[in-house]
Amino acid sequence: MSTRLTRGGRLIDRTAAVEFSFNGKRMRGFHGDTLAAALLANDQMLVGRSFKYHRPRGIVASGPEEPNALVNLGSGARLEPNQRATTTELFDGLECTSQNHWPSLEFDVGVVNNHVSRFLPAGFYYKTFIHPRPFWKHVFEPIIRRSAGLGKAPTQPDPDRYEQAYAFCDVLVIGAGVAGLKVAKAAADAGQRVILLEQSPTLGGRAPVDQTEVDGQPVETWLSAMEADLAARDNVTIRTRTCGFGVYDHGYVLADERVADHTPGDGRPKHRLWRIRAGRIVSATGAIERPLSFAGNDIPGVMLASAVRDYVVNYAVSPGDRTVIVTNNDSAYQTALALKAAGLDVPAILDAREAADGALPQAARAAGIRVLTGKAIARVKGTKRVTGVAICAQAGEGAVQEEIACEAVAMSGGWSPVVHLFSHCGGKLLWDETISAFIPDPARPPLNHDGSAMVECVGAAAGDLDLTGTPVAIPPVWVMPQGAPIQLRSKMWLDYQNDVKVSDVELASREGYVSVEHTKRYTTLGMATDQGKLSNINGLSVLAETLGQEIPQVGTTTFRPPYTPVTIGALAGEARGEIFQPLRKTPMHAAHEKAGAYFEPVGLWRRPYCFPRPGETHEQAVHREVLNTRQNLGLLDASTLGKIIVKGPDAGKFLDMLYTGVMSTLPVGKCRYGLMCNEQGFLIDDGVVARIDEDTWLCHTTSGGADRIHAWMEDWLQCEWWDWQVYTANVTEQYAQVAVVGPNARKLLQVLGGMDVSKEALPFMHWADGTLAGLPARVYRISFSGELSYEIAVPASHGAAFWAACTQAGKALGAMPYGTEALHIMRAEKGFIMIGDETDGTVIPQDLGLDWAISKKKADYLGKRGQERTFLASPDRWKLVGFETLDGSVIPDGAYVIAEGVNANGQRNTQGRVTSTYYSPTLKRGIAMGLLKHGPARMGEVVEFNTVAGGTVKARVRDTVFYDKDGEKQNV
Amino acid sequence: MSEPVSALNGASFQGFATIREIGPLGMITLRAKGLKSLDKAVKAVTGTKLPAQRRIEIKGDRACGWMSPDEYLLILPYAEVGAALAKIAKALAGEHHLAVDVSDARAVFRIEGDRADQVLRKLMPVDFDWLEPGELRRSRAAQVAAAIWQQDQGFTLVCFRSVASYVMGLLTHSAQPGSEL
Repeated sequence: MSTRLTRGGRLIDRTAAVEFSFNGKRMRGFHGDTLAAALLANDQMLVGRSFKYHRPRGIVASGPEEPNALVNLGSGARLEPNQRATTTELFDGLECTSQNHWPSLEFDVGVVNNHVSRFLPAGFYYKTFIHPRPFWKHVFEPIIRRSAGLGKAPTQPDPDRYEQAYAFCDVLVIGAGVAGLKVAKAAADAGQRVILLEQSPTLGGRAPVDQTEVDGQPVETWLSAMEADLAARDNVTIRTRTCGFGVYDHGYVLADERVADHTPGDGRPKHRLWRIRAGRIVSATGAIERPLSFAGNDIPGVMLASAVRDYVVNYAVSPGDRTVIVTNNDSAYQTALALKAAGLDVPAILDAREAADGALPQAARAAGIRVLTGKAIARVKGTKRVTGVAICAQAGEGAVQEEIACEAVAMSGGWSPVVHLFSHCGGKLLWDETISAFIPDPARPPLNHDGSAMVECVGAAAGDLDLTGTPVAIPPVWVMPQGAPIQLRSKMWLDYQNDVKVSDVELASREGYVSVEHTKRYTTLGMATDQGKLSNINGLSVLAETLGQEIPQVGTTTFRPPYTPVTIGALAGEARGEIFQPLRKTPMHAAHEKAGAYFEPVGLWRRPYCFPRPGETHEQAVHREVLNTRQNLGLLDASTLGKIIVKGPDAGKFLDMLYTGVMSTLPVGKCRYGLMCNEQGFLIDDGVVARIDEDTWLCHTTSGGADRIHAWMEDWLQCEWWDWQVYTANVTEQYAQVAVVGPNARKLLQVLGGMDVSKEALPFMHWADGTLAGLPARVYRISFSGELSYEIAVPASHGAAFWAACTQAGKALGAMPYGTEALHIMRAEKGFIMIGDETDGTVIPQDLGLDWAISKKKADYLGKRGQERTFLASPDRWKLVGFETLDGSVIPDGAYVIAEGVNANGQRNTQGRVTSTYYSPTLKRGIAMGLLKHGPARMGEVVEFNTVAGGTVKARVRDTVFYDKDGEKQNV
Repeated sequence: MSEPVSALNGASFQGFATIREIGPLGMITLRAKGLKSLDKAVKAVTGTKLPAQRRIEIKGDRACGWMSPDEYLLILPYAEVGAALAKIAKALAGEHHLAVDVSDARAVFRIEGDRADQVLRKLMPVDFDWLEPGELRRSRAAQVAAAIWQQDQGFTLVCFRSVASYVMGLLTHSAQPGSEL
């Protein structure tokens, strides 16, 4: 059994005991433990079930590469699935449960899959669930989804806070092992600004466990001196618990800082996402030990040799009294020596190599350990934990020569440099025959803007596996024993998490999968949450062997960020809840909220859709608002309307190019409606332009179009007509704008007082500056409703006061606020178009019968040439008309006017579509506008619209103005 | 006449730094380039010289910031904007320029305290180690446009008025005690 040793453990504090629970079982650990270390200290060898066969699985590794020990961490709103026990720091009260088993970890029904595993081969899903087609969506997929996935997603909102931060440096060092520390110090010595990231809570990497000395000093002495040195420098920032997980173009790196994972609920942000711009990126990310492929290499108790010595040295955890070592290289001998030093038994070291005479093997022999060369594990004995190993010759086919009883197996199949960060932006790899691993090719790194190397690797990440400078040789051992028959190969696990075995990759290869990328997807090798950190190299080597190719020819799959999983919370950062996205508010927003407004999004603005009264539906509120505006007085917050000042000697010429009509001839003091098109001729915006003075125009745009049209203007001025003397300024937010609309509109302004707004002083389509209610005001006599109407702009800082004054003074005049829906209905009753309703990017002004707003005299305007193209000039285009249903009903939104016959796809032919359709409270019937082929020539004709419910609705074609065709109402 | 009201009416938050919405502040957008009398016009309004690229010249409660090769931001007491526009019109009479009041189109925040920079480091892709005194930086705060400069042991941040409550939410989130960088 695994247990806590009475002495040692460099990272744990034995004076600080910590209580935690696993599957409801109370356990004890120490401060400084990882969850994995504490579980092993409590003899919890079995920690989960594998994905496909539900095989018992134990802790394999001691770092982020761990494929098995994934737990549901926490509960309720703080539940986090798939948390790696090996990187989870233990804290008091930690609760976790194992994953992927039912009904319990010890007794799991899904393990039946294990016994029918020969019926679940590689590509099982592809082969089995492909026919009959409809079954996939309704039968197969739901079942597979229910039994798939390891952890459970939390169902409650995350109570924790997350944030992001930006950082900049000359040199970013990722990984604070010896190699990373040295680079950081050298860069700091050179006066450069250095950021050093370390994914674990402590610095030093593997050195304190694997080395006795660094540069002639005891490793701990060297480390603390280095740590103190770097910490004292102003130009060095060290961030522990921070994983640099992705490298992107132009020296951009993302890193995830686990600020408060180990202190949950203390109010600090749980994670912080760092967005770093670095001049130079140094990847000192070390190397990850590879498993060996022998039968039963997934049984709990089989661990990486490096992990075994990490647990012994760092956490004083014994994996068992007797540990057999199996290896193809010298590094695993360190584990044997560490176990011996801790007073534990190492019955044998099985070395696949024919000879092992390096310093470490000699030290092992000197320590009295039995070293067997040329040997392999034929199979591991045990089911839920290791009970022993059967030994065979590596060169043979697995004939058992001897059995050794043991509680743990420590394996080392060599080391794979962590080349992920080097590869994220296209760094190329070389196959190093000496250490049987891919290493970064310094001649083909990812490149910066100037062609320099963006990422360089140092230390083990560069393939320098022994920092003492001794060359290391690791011969390839991909299958153990080399001639293992299928019975053994089908029990050799490559990918523990996704249950991919040597036999699966071989089968894929026999079935014609020659590309490593295809094999990966077919077998799911390396596609689990660990992204194949342990399995990729072993898997592609097996593939290469089966295909009879060299490993470099087969190549690796693509390395993509993130290096380790990053919680969505960190990626979202502060963007959730109230600040998920910016909500633009007018100066009167608070008053609308108080009045109970129901808001709708208009771009990023929130505008009142209507102001429902108690007991009213939104529809009833909208109808009341329309009728009241037409009969008495309505108030609309029109502040969101775009307002752009255009000034200069060439401003008139400029506006004549931008608008289809003529703006240069507009007299000072007057307003004119204008249309803007893009170069293709399509209508993109409309609004009223006011001539302010000889040199200055104010252009109103749609609410959603203000920023776009301002940018459009600047684009033309800066890039095309750079020599025209014109300046623009977007003053949209400078003004609060209120539309005062209805028969009592003038009376209200007279009550507010301060300026003459009579018909004579301020005729229709004029504007005037003055004072209203004691505030500076610019009054436009314009109407989008057909009623007597003024739009009044006051400085935004006075907007709320002005709105309150209008509301207060309007009481006696029957004033009610109205929202965007009433605005829409009233403009539709008058046949006014709305950008986005009557237009959709394919409509030209001529389609909408707006020829009157297009100047025939002007030599040019944006869109003129486009509109002359044959398709846009065709008389057969769909054109705007009004529609009146015969039964008075409302035509459904988006309905088409159907035509005879069907098209090539068997769909009904169409000849038009509705663009605006409403119930008109004024006319007490449905009204609509829409585009119809040859529309204006078909007045009085009855056409048919399709409906959502099925069937059709008949409507008579008519003109677009349903209300007050002669404009008598607005001209009073 | 009612008193002008800033977007958040002077809201504030005390975290590991102090956040205050201030204002209303008088602001004028002045667009002009290469005019003989430009120096004089700016001096008449703010008392400062014309700022160099990416700089802001500050004098008491007045300032002139460089916004683009042909745009300046003039800052002055709110009540004096009208008179200032008249001064500019007179100084630049007959020359091509545009001067408009944008005082009400903006919201202004002060971020103060020893760690004020950390509040902004979380929101703006700006290298604060290299931000010089007197430098005006146009950038963004999370999802919206924002400009900042250092002033009186803190930072002044300017954004659009309509997103003032969003920006206050950002600054409050970033300045939470315990979240120091």
